[in-house]
Amino acid sequence: MSEHVVQSPLPGIFYTKPAPEQPPFVEVGSVVAADTVVGLVEVMKQFAEVKAGVNGTVKEIHAENEGIIGPGDPILTVEEV
Amino acid sequence: MRKLLVANRGEIAVRVIRAARELGIGTVAVYSEADQDALHVKLADERVLIGPPAASRSYLNMDVIVTAAVDLGADAVHPGYGFLSERAEFAEKVAAARLTFVGPSAETIRLMGDKARARSAAEAAGVPTVPGSNGPVDSVAEALAEAEQAGYPVAVKAAAGGGGRGIRVVADAAELTEALPVAMAEAQAAFGSGLVYIERFVPNARHIEVQVFGDGQNFVHLGERECSMQRRRQKVIEEAGAPGLPEDVRTAMTEAAVALAKVSGYSGAGTVEFLYDPARGEFYFIEMNTRIQVEHPVTEMVTGRDLVREQLTVASGAPLSFAQPDVEFRGHAIEVRLNAENPDFGFMPSPGVISSMRLPGGPFVRIDSGFGPGSEISPFYDSLLAKIVIWAEDRPAAVARMARTLDEVEIEGVATTAGFLRRVTDVAEFREGRYHTTFLEDWIAGGAGK
Repeated sequence: MSEHVVQSPLPGIFYTKPAPEQPPFVEVGSVVAADTVVGLVEVMKQFAEVKAGVNGTVKEIHAENEGIIGPGDPILTVEEV
Repeated sequence: MRKLLVANRGEIAVRVIRAARELGIGTVAVYSEADQDALHVKLADERVLIGPPAASRSYLNMDVIVTAAVDLGADAVHPGYGFLSERAEFAEKVAAARLTFVGPSAETIRLMGDKARARSAAEAAGVPTVPGSNGPVDSVAEALAEAEQAGYPVAVKAAAGGGGRGIRVVADAAELTEALPVAMAEAQAAFGSGLVYIERFVPNARHIEVQVFGDGQNFVHLGERECSMQRRRQKVIEEAGAPGLPEDVRTAMTEAAVALAKVSGYSGAGTVEFLYDPARGEFYFIEMNTRIQVEHPVTEMVTGRDLVREQLTVASGAPLSFAQPDVEFRGHAIEVRLNAENPDFGFMPSPGVISSMRLPGGPFVRIDSGFGPGSEISPFYDSLLAKIVIWAEDRPAAVARMARTLDEVEIEGVATTAGFLRRVTDVAEFREGRYHTTFLEDWIAGGAGK
């Protein structure tokens, strides 16, 4: 099994959930597909979806909700299946 | 008013600081950690750091801003546009701290911020509103009756939707019968509420708005602005006045806007937005913005009046410095919003550092910008880099002048929409003033924007 680190494509503010009162897109242990949305990056008032990119299980979440993120920064690690 | 805190950033903060300085009013800039070197911070007499880059923790932090104003001895707060400018609670907090809020009362902000109440206020003032159910419909029969009254085509709109989402357009009764249950189910799924209402749909609608001003006693308009050049419901190009608008419609629309200002006892600058149906020659109230708007300079250009200066004097307690007969219109003005976005990649935001920047000059050209060479365009705020505003004797000369100014723009370091805007100035529909609110997106979708 290999690990895949999902990186932020853009600079901005990272969100782990679709809206403040909603549950997070994924948590440690969540099973994801390549096209599963794992977070949002807000850049200049526009929101870009970040997808898992691989099939697997979320092993670790690195990025903080509402934290500042740069391009290439790690968002989470997925253990590929 | 002796000292004004400007609760904003970017070009509008710069604009407000300039007006205050010309009146001999001291200025305080607020800034986030991302804006330490910003132009508005440099131009103000005093400055105060209000928090980290995310707007929710800085420019939207009401208590920190009000405390800063009190601590630095400011006696007034200007909210600009966006951020806290239409938050009634902020106006209340400013007033509670015994400071002057540059804008209408919290009560007026709240009234106009509530769609249903604003519509009722418009109706009370005799201002036409979009024909429709004026509330949710419960059954197909009720929807059909409302649609018959409003006239087809009609839009079925999710009550909890907004920003163009949750809208379905139907051409006749058969389509409506079929679409209503689906629209309700979709609204439930998307917005958590299945309530929908019926409204007449206006094909080829134009967005035309009227600048109004009040001092609580006297109410005037400063003409209309054409704002139909939009992308994703964001205005891209604005004009004063609206090309081809019949004179009787212009008169009725401006009078309606003043009537609405009057019923709300309006104080300060405001904009009444209308949907204009060119086929029927009718206009309908959309909403009132209780603040200065991004596109206010085009009105300043054709009237020769400084709207931000007027905001400050009226907020200080002075009566309006002019009456309706004093407002004269001359020539034509156009504004373009030059954004840090890449039109070749779906208008992707383009943050970064401006390595070099040449903006246009020459006669009757005005640039409002919060940035210069070496400025960082931060990913945390909107993408507006500069507003280019020009004036000319008539519209054809104005279009030619705008094309010329856009040819002069040279910006390195971030992608901009300059080339895209320049191409728009060549489009026949724009040159001839025959466009509506979905024109630009259709044109882009057709591949012509590249």
